[in-house]
Amino acid sequence: MPTSIVPAFLLASGGSILSLDPVDLLVIVLYFVTVIGIGLYLKHHTKTGEDFFMAGREMTAWIAGLSFLAANLGSLELMGWAGAAYQYGILATHWYWIGAIPAMLFLGLVMMPFYYICKTHSVPGYLQLRYGEGSRTLAAVSFGFMTVLMSGINMFAMAKVMQVVLGWDLHFSIWVSSLTVGAYVVLGGLLSAIFNEVLQFVLIWLGAMLIPIVGLIETGGWSGMVARIHSNPIVQPHVHGQDFTHLWSTMGSFSGNPMGIHWTGIVLGLGWVISFGYWTTDFLVVQRVMSAKDLRSAKLAPIIGAAFKMFVPFIVILPGLLGLAVLPQLLVPETQRAPGLYTYNDVLPLMLARYLGPGLLGLGVTALIAGFMSGMAGNVTAFSTVWTYDIYKAFRKREMSDDHLVKVGRWATIVGVLISIGAAYFAMQFQSIMDYVQALFSFFIAPLFGTVIFGMLWKRATPAAGFWGLLAGTASSIAMYVWVKVDPTALRYIALSPNAKDMAENMYRALWSWLICAGVTVAVSYMTQPKPVSELAGLVYGVGALPHEEPVVLWKRPIFWAGVVIVVFFVLNLLVW
Amino acid sequence: MIHGRNMISIWFFIGLLVLIYGLIIFGWGLVSGGHAATGRPIALVELRTDLWMGGFMTLAGAFYTFKFAPRRRGEK
Repeated sequence: MPTSIVPAFLLASGGSILSLDPVDLLVIVLYFVTVIGIGLYLKHHTKTGEDFFMAGREMTAWIAGLSFLAANLGSLELMGWAGAAYQYGILATHWYWIGAIPAMLFLGLVMMPFYYICKTHSVPGYLQLRYGEGSRTLAAVSFGFMTVLMSGINMFAMAKVMQVVLGWDLHFSIWVSSLTVGAYVVLGGLLSAIFNEVLQFVLIWLGAMLIPIVGLIETGGWSGMVARIHSNPIVQPHVHGQDFTHLWSTMGSFSGNPMGIHWTGIVLGLGWVISFGYWTTDFLVVQRVMSAKDLRSAKLAPIIGAAFKMFVPFIVILPGLLGLAVLPQLLVPETQRAPGLYTYNDVLPLMLARYLGPGLLGLGVTALIAGFMSGMAGNVTAFSTVWTYDIYKAFRKREMSDDHLVKVGRWATIVGVLISIGAAYFAMQFQSIMDYVQALFSFFIAPLFGTVIFGMLWKRATPAAGFWGLLAGTASSIAMYVWVKVDPTALRYIALSPNAKDMAENMYRALWSWLICAGVTVAVSYMTQPKPVSELAGLVYGVGALPHEEPVVLWKRPIFWAGVVIVVFFVLNLLVW
Repeated sequence: MIHGRNMISIWFFIGLLVLIYGLIIFGWGLVSGGHAATGRPIALVELRTDLWMGGFMTLAGAFYTFKFAPRRRGEK
């Protein structure tokens, strides 16, 4: 890095991957000025609780859909999955296709009407209407805990990236990025977060899209890239001839692919439990869709998000694969990081440095920063809403003015950011961050999906069943995690194979915790009294009529676009089968 | 984009930032010839991605800035 243009307090000791020109720094500074400017502008338009927590429920399908996707795109996505593509090959694409598309379409077509018409402010809020206070409190507390922890982990990951990639000081990155996010969320609430997420979405694409384009030109297209990977003398001795470029054909056995996973783990663990749990019940993403201006927009938003999600591998997975083909050095796991060695997670910055000239490199780094900030803003706004409505207001048990709720929301944002900063320093102690991230998902999201889906589709599910099912699923997931940590041989029972890798263990643990949640929910339901059907209207499938959408031409209907997306989804999977 | 409110569209903000970025990247590309002042090597520099991408961003940014300018679309 040219130290003459970078303030000394910004620099950490040690080398960095990228060296920035002054024009790159100008691009990054302009980004920070813009996001704060948007926050200041939107403060004047954020007056009520609906504005602050639900963006006034006035978002178009496009804005809600892009924001829905951007809130997810930030969560360690860009760097982490590019690194996973270098490590596991094209199998990482499963997290974008079968691990996302069916669930996003299901959210839009089946679940969104229930979330939308009950006009709740959050997913725990839906559980309160469907099951009662017990389930709401359990979900709100576990979600709040998970959210600030995730936010802190994101923040630490970003600061680490800035340290390794740019040589910036870890503490400087943590405080500047988190205070920037805190400032624009405090000013404009969800409205500001959504506006910035759409901006961040555009910048992520602009900053990252040149890598696959120029990379494919260098390798002579897809077939040229595949040929280079298979003949790369740096990589091949370490991967023992494993196939990195086929999505399904290598998954007939645990040992036949770089991830050590069977297709049942991907389809049932990832495609069903993890994916449906995350995309349909994680309030971080669902909150964006709840802000849509009408039911049709709320149904269309996840479908628009799914359409873009299908093509994110172009800017995330392809750079990882291109790294296998063209990089002149072997990348190593994070645990083997040492001076002169680069890790899997460095593949995207290395590719940015390889292809992007001055100015464009600044845009690429801005894309990385934007990704992390949109993810953190997603966590902070979701935490603020759940804290205000599902914990603070629920426990105070009295009417509160809108002004008071907005004030509480702003304070919750500040406190959430500060706890996240604390969590970031806490995360520094752990060697493998991704391990804990995936573990958190399997603890809280997988069982929550069981509770929500039974509540939505089965009117016999009782309030007691909702609570005990959720508690049993969460507790069993944590117990399985501890069991394998204490006794690694337990992996053969949890993940069905002693050869399973961490990712495979997470998939199966999520599946078991969902099944336990489902089993307990069904059993307790048959032992306890259900709610009267009259109290379930608009909350459960088949109970009470859902509001009709206005008649529109075929190509404006959500079901039409969902059909288009699913056809493209199958074609893409077949292309790289 | 916001239903029933006198608010500047997000697309205007995005267009403006992309326009400024496009001008900076294109202009810097013309001056620097695509080479980094720090001397780091850039693969396929002869493709001049800075000029192509800078030009594309300038045009796209200008289009969105103009189309969603507050004075043209009061509700946006």
